[in-house]
Parts: sequence; C-alpha cells; structure tokens
Amino acid sequence: MEIKVLGTGCAKCRATVELIERVAREAGREVSVVKIEDLRRIAGYGVMSTPAVVVGEKVVHKGSVPAPDEVLGWLA
Amino acid sequence: MSAEVEAPRPSHPAPWPHLAVLAAVAAWFWLYGRLPAISEALTALIPVERHSHTGEALAFFFYDVPKVLMLLALIVFAMGVVRSFFSPERTRALLAGRREGVGNVLAALLGVVTPFCSCSAVPLFIGLVSAGVPLGVTFSFLIAAPMVNEVALVMLFGLVGPVVALTYFSFGLAVAILAGWVIGRLHLEGWLQDWVRDIATGASAPEEAGGAPLSMVERYRLGVEALREIMGRVWLWILLGIAMGALIHGYVPEDLMVRIMGADAWWSVPAAVVLGIPMYTNAAGVIPIVEALLGKGAALGTVLAFMMSVIALSLPEMIILRQVLTLRLIAVFIGVVGSGILAVGFLFNLLF
Repeated sequence: MEIKVLGTGCAKCRATVELIERVAREAGREVSVVKIEDLRRIAGYGVMSTPAVVVGEKVVHKGSVPAPDEVLGWLA
Repeated sequence: MSAEVEAPRPSHPAPWPHLAVLAAVAAWFWLYGRLPAISEALTALIPVERHSHTGEALAFFFYDVPKVLMLLALIVFAMGVVRSFFSPERTRALLAGRREGVGNVLAALLGVVTPFCSCSAVPLFIGLVSAGVPLGVTFSFLIAAPMVNEVALVMLFGLVGPVVALTYFSFGLAVAILAGWVIGRLHLEGWLQDWVRDIATGASAPEEAGGAPLSMVERYRLGVEALREIMGRVWLWILLGIAMGALIHGYVPEDLMVRIMGADAWWSVPAAVVLGIPMYTNAAGVIPIVEALLGKGAALGTVLAFMMSVIALSLPEMIILRQVLTLRLIAVFIGVVGSGILAVGFLFNLLF
C-alpha cells in the first residue's frame, strides 16, 4: 500500500515519514511512504497544516506527527 | 490536529486525568510561590558576595530563569488546551466571506489562538485565500500569528513587566490589523503567484471535516504535547538570549546604549527595524536581550520596534512566502508592516 506524507520539509514532516516506516516495519507490513513537498499538490489536498498524511487519496491526519497507534490503524 | 481521527473513547471517562491536571497545577503554584526562597538558598551556597556583580548575575540565573521557564510551562500548556478548540479549518470558516475591517480585527485575534507554525504558513495562506478570505484579512492573520504569541507575552511579563507585555500585545495586534487593512485597500490580488491566483479564482467551498469533538482528556494530551514541543524548541534560545543579555548587562557601557538606543536618537528606531529583519530568532531569544537593553537605558519604543521586527519580519519566512507571493508583494508586505512597527516605535519614544 502507499501512504503519502504532505509537508514542505520541516522537522515534523521528516519525523512523520520515519515514524510510519518504523511502525510498518515493526508490524511487518509492506508500505511505500511517498513524501510530497510540492506546494501545489499539497494545496490540492485542501490541507492547511502540515505534516498531513494521505491514505488511499483521503486525508487521514494533519497538523502534527501522528501517534503510533494511529499509524497502525492506517496499516490495517 | 488529529480531530478527524476516530479513536475509541470510554463512555464514562475516568476522573483521574482531571485530578492529575489539578494536582500538577497545584504543585506548580506551590513551587512558584517558593521560588524566591529556593533561589536565594541556591545562590547562598555559592561562595560569592551576594551584592557583587557575579552574585547578582547568579541570583538572576537562579531566580529569573526558573521563573520564566515555569511561567512558560504553565501558559504553553494552557494555550495548548485552548488551541485544541481552534483549528485552521475553523478559522477559515470564521473568516471566509468576512468584510474587511471587521475581518482584519477577527483575523488578528484568531491569529493569537489558532495553532500556527511557520513551516505550514504557505498551506495555511493558500487555504485561506482559496476559501475567499480577502487578501488583507489573510495578512492580518499571518502577521499576528507569529508576532503575538504566548511565548513572547509570558517572557515579556516575566522578565520586563506586565505593562510592557500588555503594550506589546495591544500594539502587536494593532500593527497586524492596520497592516492587513492597508494591504487589502491596495488590491494586490494580482500580485500573487499565478498558480495561487488560479486556485483562488476556482474558489471551492471548504468541506468541513467532521469527526467527534475531542474529549477533555484528549485536549490535555494536546496541551502536554504543546508543552513538550515548544519547550523543546525554545529552551536553547532562552539560554542563548539570557547569555547575550548577561553580556550586555556586564559589558555594554550605559552611556553608549543611551546614545545609540535612547529616545533622543531618532534614527535608532528605523535602524532597529532594519537590523531586526535578517535576525532570526524567536521571542524566546530576543526578550532577554530586550530586557538587558532596557536596563541599559535603551528607549522602550526602539526596543519594541526591534523586537517586533525580529519576530514579524523574518527572512526565512519571506523565503517561504516567496512561493506564493511575488517579490513586489513581499516588498509591499515588508514596507507596510515595517512602517507600522516604525510608528509604534516613534509613538512610544514620544510617550515614555
């Protein structure tokens, strides 16, 4: 599955990518995390605060580094 | 904010989180009340004459630093909880279609309470403009959000005093409201980057993401998160700022400071504004310096202007905004906000 992380390269965005990759590894799931830094595409998702997470073209989280439990929920 | 994420919640929340918060706040007040005694005791442990220069510096370090950190911790937590009631989406809904004038005032006030981080200034900007929030109103928000924040206010309150803190709060808001209003009057929508204008003209009504309202426990958690995040980011700046302040206290001769930053040196206000633009630190770093400058006889207006300029007109933020604004618009932004800050500086040098 593919998870997109929207963000312009701030520390929290990197932390979000790392967190998702780590949680996926620990859960033994195959996930490709795609980082989207292009503002036009970020704006296209209607997101107003970053980092935001998109799963299956749906914005599931925004504005902060998600909690590991939340990430597990998206992987299910 | 994770407002949209469904999480299982107990139907009957346990009372212990409320009690824990209550206990923490009570402990805070207990400790805060004893801070002067504790700091004197600590200073007394060190074999230095209490009224010598070093003694004073140590007392400052053992009293003012913990005092400011404690105040900051309390307020940042409280604001974290308050902010959980606001979100950029909600702010957008409140501002969309709002007339200029009222809109500017509301935007500046919302700028104080809406969660904001300069790294998401651009998505926020686009989100506001594309929902039909007038450009000037958007600017009022963008100016107030970084400038009038709880970290600045608490540090001013703790290190300089309540009057200056209140002054900064009201005039910071005034600059944000007026500068945004002026930018709105100039009708510069055409000076946005093309792609932003395209989004703006295809204005889509923002769909409000639903989701269950947060529980109070969830809000406490957000408060603690804000505490961890902001304190983690700010402590180094505070130490650096205090070190700089101490250097100024110790080594900068008073007559020099009065000469270059006193009320009689009219050019010191514009110089302070210009000097502030490339300087990038946050409120936490500037305010100890501000306190030291004031102690050395710098004029209040000059110092306020310096502080506002450092915080509101920062080069890194311009570079971020460059992605959505043309250089012309950025120049107008700097010009208008800079003039507002200048006016505040001159006004205060005149009054005090």
